[in-house]
Amino acid sequence: MDKPRLTREQIAQRAAIELPDGAYVNLGWGIPNLIADYLPKEITVYFHSENGILGMGRRAKPGEEDYDLVDAMKFPVTLIPGASFFHQADAHLMTRGGHLDVAVLGGFQVSEKGDLANWKIPGAKGSGGIGGAMDIAAGAKKLIVCMEHVSKDGAPKIVKKCTYPLTGLECVDTIVTDLAVIDVTPQGLSLREVAPGWRPDEVQKLAGAPLKTKGRVPEIHLQ
Amino acid sequence: MKKKVYPSLDEVVADVPHGARIMFGGFGGAGFPNNLIQALVRKGVKNITAISNNCGTREGELGLMFKHNQIKHVIASFPGPHSNHFQQRFAAKEVTLELVPQGILCERMRAAGAGLQGFYTTVGVGTEVAEGKEERTLEGKRCILEMPIHADFAFIKAQKADELGNLTYRLAARNFNPIMAMAAKTTIAEVEELVPVGAIEPEHVMTPAIFVHRIVQAKGLHYAG
Repeated sequence: MDKPRLTREQIAQRAAIELPDGAYVNLGWGIPNLIADYLPKEITVYFHSENGILGMGRRAKPGEEDYDLVDAMKFPVTLIPGASFFHQADAHLMTRGGHLDVAVLGGFQVSEKGDLANWKIPGAKGSGGIGGAMDIAAGAKKLIVCMEHVSKDGAPKIVKKCTYPLTGLECVDTIVTDLAVIDVTPQGLSLREVAPGWRPDEVQKLAGAPLKTKGRVPEIHLQ
Repeated sequence: MKKKVYPSLDEVVADVPHGARIMFGGFGGAGFPNNLIQALVRKGVKNITAISNNCGTREGELGLMFKHNQIKHVIASFPGPHSNHFQQRFAAKEVTLELVPQGILCERMRAAGAGLQGFYTTVGVGTEVAEGKEERTLEGKRCILEMPIHADFAFIKAQKADELGNLTYRLAARNFNPIMAMAAKTTIAEVEELVPVGAIEPEHVMTPAIFVHRIVQAKGLHYAG
């Protein structure tokens, strides 16, 4: 299938629409980190950085960097008015304790029950690393996963059961891929939107678990 | 009264023995006690158990100790993309690693400092992290038992100390430092500024002096990603 899919930036743009005005939000590495650039102009979101910042702003411009003011990926950042700093116990108290409204993580696999695997590829070289993903997965009020619909070798990343090392069980609420927006419900996965030009049955073929539909499935609409 | 301020980096680490368990503050390049780490490298201590969020940035932070093969075991959440000296030692089986979810790493240290004998959490249930740990259901949720992490020393970095050891931190350089300060038997603070007692407003103190045993002044070092 050579039909166009959403780019990584477009996945981020679609996920940004899921963020409510005034929300406290944590963005993980990869596609989620792009979301900050695509917030609808009319809303304010308070970004939580797990090293101990609430109200993180854009990345610092050249000449503006302060290496004591960095995000969890070591990039120098800025603050928005009303920001605060806190130590690591409070930073993850916020993630685990259900204080964040939305968290967005990248993913290698999501199961039909909402299990997430996102920290280690089996057989990969090196030690791997967990970071804050397990705390965030366990505690976010709403967890969105942004990822490609299939892996580079074409294998579905939406699966009946994760085969990669798990990050958390039954933690994902919504999946935004380059082909679809999918909700995890008690009845299984529900196909909410498809990429422009794609039919639900085509999106289903590239998923390893059933995607339920109710009536006509609308296309993803981006500004 | 015993003086907490030491005249030099080498003197403040002089009694750190081989095989010590040491917590190292810092995250994302900010708040690392890099001058204390360099002093440990000069001293040449071996067989250290290091407890830290990351495993160094090339030769910066803990990277220098891995380069000199001083660490035999590390408890960390995210070794990091530039932890090449750690990765080489890890691949050669010269260092062992316990990976811990970041918030749980912090909370296990906090438990040690708070006199708590462990806690139950939903974090990591059903994952590799849960292997070998007691599991039970509490309030309808599957939980695992996590135990405290103790240490002989905490090496931390603060912006400012008074001569009693009250500390303040700058911006996001606070991170793990206040927690580690509470958790170790001996806490050594590397600070940018040393001020007289009373110069830090009591309501601005971030780590109270009771948690800080030694202080040494040094110009802070950063290693960019």
